[in-house]
Amino acid sequence: MSFGPSFLLLAQAAGGPAESAYHPGLPQLIIILVYLGLLLGLGMFSSRLFSGTREDYQAASHSIGPFLLLMSIFGTTMTAFALVGSSGQAYKEGIGVYGMLASSSGIIHSLCFFLIGVKVWSFARRHGYTTQIEFFRDRLDSDFLGLLMFPILVGLVIPYLLVGVISGGVVVQALTSGLAPDWTWFQVFRDNGQPNPALHGGVPPWLGSMVICMVVLVYVFFGGMRGTTWANTFQTIVFMILGVITFFVIAQRLGKQDGLMANLRLLGESVPENYATRNEMSKSLFFTYLLIPLSVGMFPHLFQHWMTAKSAKAFKVPVIFHPVFIMIVWVPCVLVGIWAQGSLMPSMPPKPSLEAANSILPFLVKTQTGPILGGFLAAGILAAIMSSLDSQFLCLGTIFNNDIVLHYSRKDRFSDRQQVLFTRLFIIAIVAVTYVISLILGPKSSVFALGVWCFSGFSALFPIIFAALYWRNLTTAGAISGVFAAIISWAVLFYNATSQGNLGDFHLMLPIGGSTYEIMPVVVMFFSSLITMVVVSMVTPKPKPETLAKFFG
Amino acid sequence: MSSKRSGPMIIAVLVLAMLILHQDNWFWTDGTLVFGFIPVGLFYHACLSVAASVVWYLATKIAWPVELIEETKAAMQQDVKEGAE
Repeated sequence: MSFGPSFLLLAQAAGGPAESAYHPGLPQLIIILVYLGLLLGLGMFSSRLFSGTREDYQAASHSIGPFLLLMSIFGTTMTAFALVGSSGQAYKEGIGVYGMLASSSGIIHSLCFFLIGVKVWSFARRHGYTTQIEFFRDRLDSDFLGLLMFPILVGLVIPYLLVGVISGGVVVQALTSGLAPDWTWFQVFRDNGQPNPALHGGVPPWLGSMVICMVVLVYVFFGGMRGTTWANTFQTIVFMILGVITFFVIAQRLGKQDGLMANLRLLGESVPENYATRNEMSKSLFFTYLLIPLSVGMFPHLFQHWMTAKSAKAFKVPVIFHPVFIMIVWVPCVLVGIWAQGSLMPSMPPKPSLEAANSILPFLVKTQTGPILGGFLAAGILAAIMSSLDSQFLCLGTIFNNDIVLHYSRKDRFSDRQQVLFTRLFIIAIVAVTYVISLILGPKSSVFALGVWCFSGFSALFPIIFAALYWRNLTTAGAISGVFAAIISWAVLFYNATSQGNLGDFHLMLPIGGSTYEIMPVVVMFFSSLITMVVVSMVTPKPKPETLAKFFG
Repeated sequence: MSSKRSGPMIIAVLVLAMLILHQDNWFWTDGTLVFGFIPVGLFYHACLSVAASVVWYLATKIAWPVELIEETKAAMQQDVKEGAE
């Protein structure tokens, strides 16, 4: 999921901003600023409904109905990858990317909402949990498990946050290029000393990332979970609508026919066979990728969103509509990606290379449409990025307050108001730390390749949450050893991938019956965790009867 | 109610069927265009997304954890009563 290098390479591919009557980069900047202003306004307005309690700040007083729950959950699970990565991967590998990443998620995400979401919501409402750690600690009678989960969850969320913060800065720079070529901080030169046309004069990534962090911080700080949910809903609507509009405009510009169907048919026929099929895709990788979407069952930020539901009934709408929403966003993007490999794609300016595949959608917008749509697309991409960032910032602030400060303090030591203050201070600290790390790593960093590794780590922990909810015989030792197995297998495979310098495309080979199958590393992590958890649970002391009575009746 | 017992079982079978159908080796190398523009492999998986929504709709009708939700409601009402006292 390498957004940074892709956008940097957009410079060479796009050959500079399209000529227009506008000052280069200015319309895009204005649209981005107006969009960010709207988000700030929404966050500030939502804060007027804030009751001042911790429960209201962290879980919107469990007042979120079906529509807002659908939109906030969808916005949280869809990152920039939904628009930019889907078209980029289709451009690189063809239509198979939809089955691998989208239709599988449609089935499995809703399965997680149904099997995990409703049940944890019920337990949380009965026993007063807001975070996963509070649930695990109580269900398994173990403070140590809470301490073990804390760095793991935080450690898996931070790279995910970095991907968003760095991508945001790079997107803003690429789409505002030409804005201020005379300003030193805005200048970008190639190795040969010539200005890099698609980045030169654009808002520098450090400034773009900072503004994005500040906007998210302000509406999360003031609006808490209510502000986050409203902003997510607004942003989800924005990126869904803009994705579809971009599809229609690009179809018209590339097809050049009268009527949508005529354009679609011509474009469909122009796609090379390899991109309209999965001739070059590994069937075993496609199959084992099914384990990756299980990660949503363990996302701490999604867990917190589930807690906002007004009632269990509110889950019905997200469970039903999530797969169709994925289809609405992904199918147009995948089609645009494969069209870019077709014979109707103009030969000039040259297309992005496959290494820069994720820049294909911005490239098409930049070369086939005008600066206004470019500005709106930038807003759409930022919407997809920020709708995940906000939930993650809030979630980490909540975990620090509830699972560290509150849990290890004397009961009733802190008032609700103080706890809201602590959560807010932690959010500021996390935003600052993430921003500083993003500056240290820079836009060319390989942190982007960490995305699938984060998801794999969360998927490897899925057996623990599933067993905690449905298996009476899960023991404390079983859960702890399962977590260790997940993390040790993750670390070993990660070390192997980095030592081979192949973090992004690291796969394992599984020999069965004389044939060898390529599999995703998540298979090893998932089954290490599952088998260890089950075996250790079977040979260690059973949970206390009162604990079982509390969770299984 | 028989649907109380059979509902979750039906949904489990349907979800398993979707996961099996997800591995569509039969369309792997087929580049036929449905409606003249959408490759059949993509169209098939888009249909699978729609089918997933239908299955999950059915799940909310026949496999919704009503008992768990009722227990939760009762427990929450009890908490409210105790709080008021």
